[in-house]
Amino acid sequence: MAGEMIKVGMADLNVCRAPDAITTLGLGSCVGVVLYDKGAKIAGMVHVMLPDSTQIRQNHNKAKFADTGIDALLAMMAKAGAKTTSLTAKIAGGAQMFAFNSSNDMLRVGERNVQAVKEKLRSLGIRILAEDTGLNYGRTVEFYPETGEFWVKSVGKPVKIL
Amino acid sequence: MQSYDADLDELEFDILKEIGNIGAGNATTALSSMLHAKIDMHVPKVNMLSFKELGEIVGGAETLVAGILLSLSGDVEGMMLFMLEYEAARHLVCQLMGIPQEEENVEFTDMAKSALQEIGNIISGAYLSAISSLTNLTIISSVPYLSIDMAGAILSVPAIEFGKLGDRALLIESQFKDLEVDISGYFILIPTLESNNRILSSLGM
Repeated sequence: MAGEMIKVGMADLNVCRAPDAITTLGLGSCVGVVLYDKGAKIAGMVHVMLPDSTQIRQNHNKAKFADTGIDALLAMMAKAGAKTTSLTAKIAGGAQMFAFNSSNDMLRVGERNVQAVKEKLRSLGIRILAEDTGLNYGRTVEFYPETGEFWVKSVGKPVKIL
Repeated sequence: MQSYDADLDELEFDILKEIGNIGAGNATTALSSMLHAKIDMHVPKVNMLSFKELGEIVGGAETLVAGILLSLSGDVEGMMLFMLEYEAARHLVCQLMGIPQEEENVEFTDMAKSALQEIGNIISGAYLSAISSLTNLTIISSVPYLSIDMAGAILSVPAIEFGKLGDRALLIESQFKDLEVDISGYFILIPTLESNNRILSSLGM
């Protein structure tokens, strides 16, 4: 596929338009959220680490949190010319990397991240078209705005195309 | 409120480096007696890294690694992660179990996983006991948890804990070398903010 692959780091966000694609590598308990404007073929991705910015004092990095991260991504996409009223979402990540048997809050952050992302998207009226979340393994994701395909790659598993 | 982002001053940085040095030294001795082999250690590198950089430390976020995680309680609460490159982990397990290098297949058996967990446990334990005796603080660690996966995914666990406090993580990288192979091990100690202050103040800071 022609076009560049734009990288999104941990607690980071970016926007791309076809034929470029956007990726984030090695999602663990973090969640990768893709917002997509099919008409304009513009996609944005945010790599969120924590569910709720209001629980944390050090919250100036907006992309770190599900609530502020998705808001910031929306603003960035609007600026890039996407129609924010017709967006759809695809999400991946939120794994529990270590098999703890405790219900310690600190360790169930993956699950809480996924929940927070879903709540935020629901409150914005953005429909989730596909997700690959939870379980206990890492994921690398790629999104191609040309086709709307969301590729999920994991160690020792075939590539999933959502 | 203080945070990790308030830059550590030179002295605090030196102290953490020294803790890393002593901890890694202890861990090397433990490893050496476990493997009945001579192990050399380089001076560890101590770094404060941003999350973006953290993913790149072991050759990229997608590099296959073994991570052993312990959760800490007592005077110091938090987590400790010991991370090894996949090949290095495989090498250590083969050494420990007396399997010739070429015979071990690519997949880790349950036995090999449990051996690796034990290696992580002993190394991390040696590391923690050095910190404990240096600071006079009690550190109780949980059983070890193992995950073999992409570096980025494994590092997300400590990164998230650091993420609650600031935008950077403290990383101590130590390199070991036995007769044949260079082994890079990464220690990431994640004390809660309160515990971090306790460590520093117990050392007279």
